[in-house]
Amino acid sequence: MISITVQENDFESGAEINRLAAIGGGAISSFVGQVRGDGKLRALELEHYPAMTEKALRKIAVKASEQWALHGITIIHRVGRLQVGEQIVLVCTCSDHRQAAIEACSYIMDQLKTVAPFWKKEILQDGTENWVEERQSDLDAAQYWKS
Amino acid sequence: MPHQLSIMYFSWVKERIGRDQDVIDCPENAETVGQLLEYLRIKDAVYQDVFADLNKLRFALDQDFVGLEAPLRSAKELAIFPPVTGG
Repeated sequence: MISITVQENDFESGAEINRLAAIGGGAISSFVGQVRGDGKLRALELEHYPAMTEKALRKIAVKASEQWALHGITIIHRVGRLQVGEQIVLVCTCSDHRQAAIEACSYIMDQLKTVAPFWKKEILQDGTENWVEERQSDLDAAQYWKS
Repeated sequence: MPHQLSIMYFSWVKERIGRDQDVIDCPENAETVGQLLEYLRIKDAVYQDVFADLNKLRFALDQDFVGLEAPLRSAKELAIFPPVTGG
């Protein structure tokens, strides 16, 4: 079961994890990403390409389910304006075995950062705005799974 | 007969062009994404400026990532944007 959601509203990570865990299997892994504050950041503005986003996320999820024996995958990604400390993303995987659940969760996050059409703009305390640039470490992480 | 192509812009590409999309009649001699960009750059100074460094841009044709060499064929939508930064 693959569930993909792109939304402006916040999500209940506990409820989402429980929902996926209820499928059975016994091994559940999850990752929650929040807006990281470094003192200068006020908020993030997340833009996406609606016609492509779900397609891209589903492709990542399908690839993960081909690579690992999973019972279910949940991906929730928020868009719009998010304040420091708010949740941005949830990835949750459910399997019979710990390793499959953890690795698939990590794989999905790494792919999501490089092939899902989202763009972050930082809004700083002083009012200046900049588009976040891609990070080499994210590209390296996504590349890791190809080797 | 020329086919119509929607070109969508995102992130700073959208801000610098000043609109979120254009609809164009695809020129017959533009067979690939790269050739279409070249055509646009010659046509308008704004494109010339925003598409100056193609290494900073990524492309999707009908919602799938493609490279500059990708054939346009009968695609309906080309998206032009910087590298993605979600997650």
